[in-house]
Amino acid sequence: MSTGNMNLTLKIWRQKNNKAKGGLVDYKISEVSPDMSFLEMFDVLNEDLVAKGEEPVVFDHDCREGICGACSMFIDGRPHGPKEGITTCQLHMRSFNDGDTIVVEPWRAKAFPVIKDLMVDRTAFDRIIASGGFISVNTGNAQDANNLPIPKVQADSAFEAAACIGCGACVATCKNASAMLFVSAKVSQLAQLPQGQPERYRRVQSMVAQMDAEGFGNCTNTGACEAECPKGISLENIARMNRDFYSAKFVSEESI
Amino acid sequence: MAELNAHIPEGELTDKWTKLRSSMPLVNPSNKRSIEIIVVGSGLAGASAAATLAEMGYKVKCFCFQDSPRRAHSIAAQGGINAAKNYQNDGDSTYRLFYDTIKGGDYRAREANVHRLAEVSTNIIDQCVAQGVPLAREYGGLLDNRSFGGTQVQRTFYAAGQTGQQLLLGAYSALERQVGMGKVEMFTRHEMLEVVVVEGKAKGIIARNLLTGELERHSGHAVLLCSGGYGNVFYLSTNAMGSNVTAAWKAHKKGAFFGNPCYTQIHPTCIPVSGDHQSKLTLMSESLRNDGRIWVPKKKDDTRKASEIPEDERDYYLERRYPAFGNLVPRDVASRAAKERCDAGYGVGKSKLAVYLDFKENTERYGRIEANKHNIHNPDKETCMKLGREVIKEKYGNLFDMYAQITGEDPYELPMRIYPAVHYTMGGLWVDYNLMTTVPGLYALGEANFSDHGANRLGASALMQGLADGYFVLPYTIGAYLSKELATKPIPQDHPAFVEAEASAKAILDKFLSIKGTKSVDHFHKKLGKIMWDKCGMARNEKGLKEGIAEIQQLRKEFWSDLRVPGSSDEMNPELEKAGRVADFIELGELMCMDALNRNESCGGHFREEYQTEEGEALRDDENYAYVSAWEYKGDVTFELHKEELKFENIKVAQRSYK
Repeated sequence: MSTGNMNLTLKIWRQKNNKAKGGLVDYKISEVSPDMSFLEMFDVLNEDLVAKGEEPVVFDHDCREGICGACSMFIDGRPHGPKEGITTCQLHMRSFNDGDTIVVEPWRAKAFPVIKDLMVDRTAFDRIIASGGFISVNTGNAQDANNLPIPKVQADSAFEAAACIGCGACVATCKNASAMLFVSAKVSQLAQLPQGQPERYRRVQSMVAQMDAEGFGNCTNTGACEAECPKGISLENIARMNRDFYSAKFVSEESI
Repeated sequence: MAELNAHIPEGELTDKWTKLRSSMPLVNPSNKRSIEIIVVGSGLAGASAAATLAEMGYKVKCFCFQDSPRRAHSIAAQGGINAAKNYQNDGDSTYRLFYDTIKGGDYRAREANVHRLAEVSTNIIDQCVAQGVPLAREYGGLLDNRSFGGTQVQRTFYAAGQTGQQLLLGAYSALERQVGMGKVEMFTRHEMLEVVVVEGKAKGIIARNLLTGELERHSGHAVLLCSGGYGNVFYLSTNAMGSNVTAAWKAHKKGAFFGNPCYTQIHPTCIPVSGDHQSKLTLMSESLRNDGRIWVPKKKDDTRKASEIPEDERDYYLERRYPAFGNLVPRDVASRAAKERCDAGYGVGKSKLAVYLDFKENTERYGRIEANKHNIHNPDKETCMKLGREVIKEKYGNLFDMYAQITGEDPYELPMRIYPAVHYTMGGLWVDYNLMTTVPGLYALGEANFSDHGANRLGASALMQGLADGYFVLPYTIGAYLSKELATKPIPQDHPAFVEAEASAKAILDKFLSIKGTKSVDHFHKKLGKIMWDKCGMARNEKGLKEGIAEIQQLRKEFWSDLRVPGSSDEMNPELEKAGRVADFIELGELMCMDALNRNESCGGHFREEYQTEEGEALRDDENYAYVSAWEYKGDVTFELHKEELKFENIKVAQRSYK
């Protein structure tokens, strides 16, 4: 049913559930088209498995255009595969060669337990946001939007931090499984905006505390997170977060 | 079943909402604490409603099938959100937004709803900015705007090509704030499979925990469906893989009428299909039409590269046919025009099912302006292009990257190849002015309802409607119902209605697993999609629709006798989830064809080939079809049509013209 001419060997992590022991299983796949996305190649594999009466490989995916952050495959040792600035769903088979062997694993981190096969539990990220990743403004309390001019440079910088899709590639690639890039992106977005000032120091302390409670590792500045982030979230955000965190602890009147 | 009553408030159009809001019955704070509201879906409509209701003091349970509410498909909206702020001083007003939306919808939307939408549009922008949503700004620090189709003002607010993402993350943060405070209980990886109706009122849902497969009973005083649209009935669409009609369809089968099911939006600018393996289509935002010019060669079957075709041999057909709006005509008009050119043999690319979207002229123009800013006067063409590319990159960088990634071509060098694709569904659950369906206590918000876009939605209006419903409309209107329900205690979960609903959900899951046929879920989904695209797609006719209905009925039989779903129902099983969704899509597909067959006119996205003007434009029949079709489920995949007459008292109904 596929129309291409690439033949590949896939070594895929299969794990029945979070209690079972998992392992890599080999699959051969043929007639792969270079125009297929990586996930479409998985669709073809899964169709074959269903036809053979086997259970298809479970993986997270949804929008398939690089913005929802659901897809999360660790491909040949790199989150989202060999290319920079994209998610797994945007990776196309033209980035591979006929005859390649490709190893596909789930995100690996204590705070992201495996659910099944390549699917992991990333709800820790939601709990971090719930601990302070917001501006406390109820519906109906807002003034006219243009009453608050924000310099373009500052607004653009906040936007760049806000572009995080919460996929967890930063955690997956970090040798410490640290979530600093994810947390700092939100802290930094809001800390750069005037609307975010009233809760600035409370926010950073709460979010860091929740991050620690979830079991993410510490940051040792290796920078792998920035290199692997599909949205190019900058390490500067971590620096900004650290600055705010220490200010909050040592200078600010409001430590929690 | 009682007559359809839209409950539109009396009085002048401009006063209806204000008056209603001030006279709406209220629920006092201590009572709110004991009232539970179920929200299904966590996109713009669901997240904003759940957060706002919790802020007001209600207890809220919110459900989504994704692993996080932040991944709802609103996240993928690119271009922007409309609001009648008139920040550009170009003559915009509430009335103009109202007028554009009614006209854009080809006079098939309810006046009162649309006017309310235009009224609250400005509040949305204020709210989002207060939440820290980083919308695009000018150097002066104020908000920037751009143009979208079907309007002649600049009223679209945006955040690069990621407006939906930023707005959703704003609503998500408001939602998570309430989750953190314990006022919203969030159920991720949960899918609603049944509405529980007790004495005619919605009182709860059955949801399947997708991690364990367990069926759970949840009771509430009201149920809000914010579960999005049903474009995936076509298999290939710009919707996310998981987007589905199941929640809405189960509600429909429990008595909620389905409004205008055949109104589908085919978006003109999507990346063309590349092969059989294709699983979804990717949109290139309408905002690109601000700066891109659409053309095909003047010569049939022209095989030259775009760059080799000289200017005078290019047919800028939208500018030719619609000089007043040019490349910014509404989506339905632009899509049909592209189809017309390709069908006539002027298509480009390998498949010949594509047209060019070309940025060259505007890149050069921007470059010239930039050159002036840099004090370079009389710049050469190369300098202009170089500087212009930077401007284009800032405006649309992520879209250009996405295009390059998918097609392997560089859109900064070559014009994009685009073709129409299914994008949005204007139809949905019928709701009254209060957003309540025909089942008391059951509401539908956002794309899941039918209410505001008529037969065609204008660009940047979906985000506006989702957030209007969730932040500013439903939280008020729900008081009218809940204030009368204070005496009702929550329904115990062993109530026969719960037992029965759970049993029926379980029976369907068991059935899927017991068929043990030979074909996968995707096999049936692809077949359904092809029938829908061929027979109920961009152009429809009586013969095709009748064939479509027969083919879908046949497909339904095959589905229920030859489906193969591996695994079991007590574990994470995506094939089983898909089976449920495709079963519902098959039934819906039949209803869409019936609705399209019933509507003997062309309007907006519904184009019946038998009904067109001499120039090939949609030909409405206001005498006989100025109504909303509201379909009632009568059991065993049969339906009965009810009609809600549309009255236009404030707008002159006319042949839609963008010439």
